[in-house]
Amino acid sequence: MSQKLADIAHSRAGDKGNTLVLSLFPLDEKDYPLLVEKVTAEKVKQHLSHQLRGTVTRHEIQELNALLFTCENALASGVTTSLAMDAHGKSLSYALLEMKI
Amino acid sequence: MKEKIRIGCGAGFSGDRLEPGLILTEKGKLDYLILECLAERTIALAQKRKQQDPNAGYDVLLERRIESLLPLLLQHKTRLITNMGAANPLAGAKKILEIANKLGLKVKLAVVLGDDVFDQLSGQELSMEGHKPLNSYGKLVSANAYLGVDAILPALATDAHIILTGRVADPSLFLAPMIHELGWDKENADLMGKGTVLGHLMECAGQITGGYFADPITKPVPDMEILGHPIVEVSADGSGIISKVEGTGGLITSQTAKEQLLYEVLDPANYYTPDVVADFRSVRFKEIGQNQLQVTGGTGKTQPETLKVSVGYEAGWIGEGEISYAGAHAVERAKLAGEIITKRIGDRFEEFRVDYIGMSSLHGEQLSQGSSPYEIRLRIAGKSKSKSLAQLIGEEVEALYTNGPAGGGGARKYLHEVIGVVSILMNRTTIPSSIQLLES
Repeated sequence: MSQKLADIAHSRAGDKGNTLVLSLFPLDEKDYPLLVEKVTAEKVKQHLSHQLRGTVTRHEIQELNALLFTCENALASGVTTSLAMDAHGKSLSYALLEMKI
Repeated sequence: MKEKIRIGCGAGFSGDRLEPGLILTEKGKLDYLILECLAERTIALAQKRKQQDPNAGYDVLLERRIESLLPLLLQHKTRLITNMGAANPLAGAKKILEIANKLGLKVKLAVVLGDDVFDQLSGQELSMEGHKPLNSYGKLVSANAYLGVDAILPALATDAHIILTGRVADPSLFLAPMIHELGWDKENADLMGKGTVLGHLMECAGQITGGYFADPITKPVPDMEILGHPIVEVSADGSGIISKVEGTGGLITSQTAKEQLLYEVLDPANYYTPDVVADFRSVRFKEIGQNQLQVTGGTGKTQPETLKVSVGYEAGWIGEGEISYAGAHAVERAKLAGEIITKRIGDRFEEFRVDYIGMSSLHGEQLSQGSSPYEIRLRIAGKSKSKSLAQLIGEEVEALYTNGPAGGGGARKYLHEVIGVVSILMNRTTIPSSIQLLES
């Protein structure tokens, strides 16, 4: 049965200029290896292709059971001048959690 | 030197709630209260206000926050460190003295100056974002350097009750009192890293106490209407215990802390502040009681030689218009309305955008495919150097009332000036800071 990331993980989005930062954590720590296996930088770039225009880098912080995705050129022209509804991309944490795994 | 100090964070952004800071001061047994009220763009907007009125340019909520806080701060012997000075710390300080005089209170202020480096700009500097000269972006309106603990420590060495700053890096607001009270050596990069970790965890206030964390299905948080803001008790070894006032709402766990630890972090091994390049990878959380979280680990490398400077520029005007459709063919009617306006005025704007709120305005078409909402809100937005052209967007959307399509309701129009922000790096030796003392 296919499930969404939202069923097993939580995330927060942050921004620095035109760079989007997405963190990803398992709701249950035992699911961390599954996240490491399934949620690659390539998958994230493909899943959010409407939004991400640049490189996606994944950081694994194993001691915290956390993944961090740094997505460059991701917020239209950047927070301060973007025409988007959600210029900061704050809601994009839940876009990531829509990913099917 | 103290063995431990308690620091509370009563505000995590300019528009944050007022009462958490009051509750922290009254019941948090604090040595220091921090109010962090400056985002990247907030200071550029404040510079614009200062241009129009030399006595303006400090935080717009300063007056309301200080009026209620000041008596409590003095009563509980809690010192306040805040960046509410924004673009005009001296004018903010005079406003605080005016409030103190009105309330009949004796207060001493230390104002931290030096972040405003606008006069040093040539306009030829290349931005970090686009590697383009600054003056190619538009008319420059502000340049503020992110100062660090070096600028705050001289103010802490005085007997001031309130330390008012302009642009200072958020974690530095917390690290400075740790250094001052716990006798830390600034050359000790490990302690600077640990203190920066704690500062970063605290700086967004309610984001670590379960606020921005909450999801009623997967991450429920109790009593969010009375969300408590965080307190950190810092030990001399650089570890800390994060808690909140008993009886307030919210939740502090390893989960809430992890989300905040990595918030806005580009590289967990290299988190740049004016004070240190911090490494977050070895941070550990341990729940030692209900809403009591022990934080250990983290470290740091040397102080960077450059400081980041946020440069504000005039980026034109954004006009917006919105109107709603519901029931049969709601999406089709909204799309027709969007097409009509695009055909009429779309090509006159530098940037123009049609959104369908309730369907695809936040995450685009791809993720929302197949969903057909009962009601939908059309949003049209356009950017232009011309104020009157930007204004036209809202007027055109409103005109859909009589000109159709059918059943459009609840039209609203918005217009605002855009201040863009880009960054440059400057050598820290070219940015001296100073303090000025005032008292009521």
